[in-house]
Amino acid sequence: MTAALALGDDALVLSHRLGEWAGHAPVLEEEVALANIALDLLGQARVLLSLEGDEDELAYLREERAFRNVQLVEQPNGDFAHTIARQLYFSSYQELLYGQLASEGRSAFAPVAAKAVKEVAYHRDHAEHWTLRLGDGTPESNERMQRALDSLWRYTGELFEPVEALPVDWTALRDGWLTTVTDVVARATLTLPGGPQVGAWTAGAGRQGIHTEPFGRMLAEMQHLHRSHPGATW
Amino acid sequence: MTGTDWPLWEVFVRSRRGLSHTHAGSLHAPDAEMALRNARDLYTRRGEGVSIWVVPSTAITASSPDEKDPFFEPSADKPYRHPTFYDIPEGVQHL
Repeated sequence: MTAALALGDDALVLSHRLGEWAGHAPVLEEEVALANIALDLLGQARVLLSLEGDEDELAYLREERAFRNVQLVEQPNGDFAHTIARQLYFSSYQELLYGQLASEGRSAFAPVAAKAVKEVAYHRDHAEHWTLRLGDGTPESNERMQRALDSLWRYTGELFEPVEALPVDWTALRDGWLTTVTDVVARATLTLPGGPQVGAWTAGAGRQGIHTEPFGRMLAEMQHLHRSHPGATW
Repeated sequence: MTGTDWPLWEVFVRSRRGLSHTHAGSLHAPDAEMALRNARDLYTRRGEGVSIWVVPSTAITASSPDEKDPFFEPSADKPYRHPTFYDIPEGVQHL
């Protein structure tokens, strides 16, 4: 596995998931916000996958097992709280990860990380504000937000599995992430899930090409057009 | 949760330093902080701005179309009120 594939697939898959909200978001303003975040991630994915090879081939012609994204980003959107919990967990991680990569000037990832870290800081801010409002909102929004944090918690351990050739202090990354997320969750009057951060059989699996069931369906939809009409442009 | 439950906000964007904020449009948001973020996504995503204001639409008092004549008509025929007798120095763009 290469680092460019790991980071590029994270961005590509989450971008597609967020894009699925188009036409379905609770309000128009939020739909634009989610689409904006999706487009930022798509831009990152294009740069990262191009470091590895042909971006279209990599995005549209690989089989499920060849994808190296973490399982967190492929999880279905669920209700709005699920999407926000996924965003909170992942953007907090990505901001710290890109921050470290940007400061490591010799790395091939420093330029893309330096540009992306500003985008991701906004994604984290967006997730943070919604977590606060849903957690500290109505009893129903609080319950849904807590349920979302709980059900996605077991996909967070994988984020800190070291990726080969990335100049990252993974322990510091994990500590920083836990501090950030703990703080937001507490201010939102929610409880950070206490259980294990990995499923019994899933540890580090996405990075090795093992994915959860919904991912295959997502990929079928994402790749359908290119596979049916190779090289189509518009 | 629907947009109609959320208050309306007017958005003002300053496109460059030195210019004033101009009205860009309006949007729905649950509170001021979210309105600011929605405004960023709706009105500045193509690099249009360096500063954003959001104002609750209810805070704006507007002139009524019925008052158009008493409000605006008397100023139309008084050219001496217009500063048209000055030479504008070269290079001044945003006077």
